[in-house]
Amino acid sequence: MAAVGDLQFEEFGNAAATAAENPGATTISIEGPGESPAHQAGLPRGSGGEEDDELLGNDDSDKTELLAGQKKSSPFWTFEYYQTFFDVDTYQVFDRIKGSLLPIPGKNFVRLYIRSNPDLYGPFWICATLVFAIAISGNLSNFLIHLGEKTYHYVPEFRKVSIAATIIYAYAWLVPLALWGFLMWRNSKVMNIVSYSFLEIVCVYGYSLFIYIPTAVLWIIPQKAVRWILVMIALGVSGSVLAMTFWPAVREDNRRIALATIVTIVLLHTLLSVGCLVWSHSCDLPVCLRYKC
Amino acid sequence: MAKAAESSGEPGTTSPRPLMRDLKAVGKKFMHVLYPRKSNTLLRDWDLWGPLILCVTLALMLQRSSVDSEKDGGPQFAEVFVIVWFGAVTITLNSKLLGGNISFFQSLCVLGYCILPLTVAMLVCRLVLLAEQGPINFMVRLFVVIVMFTWSIVASTAFLADSQPPNRKALAIYPVFLFYFVISWMILTFTPQ
Repeated sequence: MAAVGDLQFEEFGNAAATAAENPGATTISIEGPGESPAHQAGLPRGSGGEEDDELLGNDDSDKTELLAGQKKSSPFWTFEYYQTFFDVDTYQVFDRIKGSLLPIPGKNFVRLYIRSNPDLYGPFWICATLVFAIAISGNLSNFLIHLGEKTYHYVPEFRKVSIAATIIYAYAWLVPLALWGFLMWRNSKVMNIVSYSFLEIVCVYGYSLFIYIPTAVLWIIPQKAVRWILVMIALGVSGSVLAMTFWPAVREDNRRIALATIVTIVLLHTLLSVGCLVWSHSCDLPVCLRYKC
Repeated sequence: MAKAAESSGEPGTTSPRPLMRDLKAVGKKFMHVLYPRKSNTLLRDWDLWGPLILCVTLALMLQRSSVDSEKDGGPQFAEVFVIVWFGAVTITLNSKLLGGNISFFQSLCVLGYCILPLTVAMLVCRLVLLAEQGPINFMVRLFVVIVMFTWSIVASTAFLADSQPPNRKALAIYPVFLFYFVISWMILTFTPQ
């Protein structure tokens, strides 16, 4: 505790006298009533002046949640601000991908892998890979279906890439935005213990889409039964990651609203996966032989 | 563009015109790409002429000769252009955000020049497609594209890997892999009318 008191002595000028006398009491008195534990953890670190203003002023929890605590001290128009979203190492990205593939009940993806450090690298490049995987595998499966037919003329169907990209990136950004807005609104009515920042939600959604990459590749197999089993497996894995992540955030709420939220999340996910895969592989009609689908 | 100063007053030599000088610089970088060694030439004297030439060549070769090429769903000239440049810019931004210490244009230069093996593959594929179509034709093209794809990746990794922080090299190289994979796919699936 003496170390905490010393740091506070350096940073908070006028409070220094009382801080030196009884550090513990000062710690409590400086904190406002609604503070989350993140702020107390942030005090000993005490880096930029902006954070100090934030902690002392402790106005809107939205801002602190968006900034996710201690590390973002650059203004948003500098390059360094965006670099903080890419502050991950290779093994961290692999760990997060592994966590999205193996949902363990009771282990929250966000708390376990992301809490300290949401990144934008994973969501962005997983979505990019998924776009190309869906487009290429759709292309390949159409080609294989019509293999051997002399009248079939292979077309690369380049338009599908742009449409797939729009759909997937829109899903990966707009649905987290809507969910985050919804959770913030519920937070103002019901005090929830767990709340996520916008970036953390984007991160969860991004990493949960990873399972669809091998699924899209395996959809080249032309058997209907195999395809639907693969979709069920992928939906099960990523749906359960999402459900287990967001259940703690709505648990304290009205039972019906909580269940409706989780069901909506899973439903939207189903819509995306089934929709994208079926759309990109749907070329069974004879008319597709000469023109793009 | 960064260039070394040439001595113009030397007896017995005529100073080369700027165009020849630029062409020589571009040619020298082509050689560096074809025989990748850990050298700094590509990075130090970056220029964007080479990538531009390669990109235009590739986009032109990916065009079809038929009238209704629009309905075929193949990439238009503008689409290839956009993919190459947009992809290169995205990869550069990604590597800078991850903390790499390479400059924006140096990275664009390297990525653009390393398309050279794939442009060669496109040329070979177009020649092979003049022959009779069939599975053997396809296997030959597949083999050529795979070899050139690997060559591109090795060349660009040789130049780019050193500028990344050591524990993030894979994160910076993966987008390069995806980029050349997509270009290779466009080359492999090219079928003339």
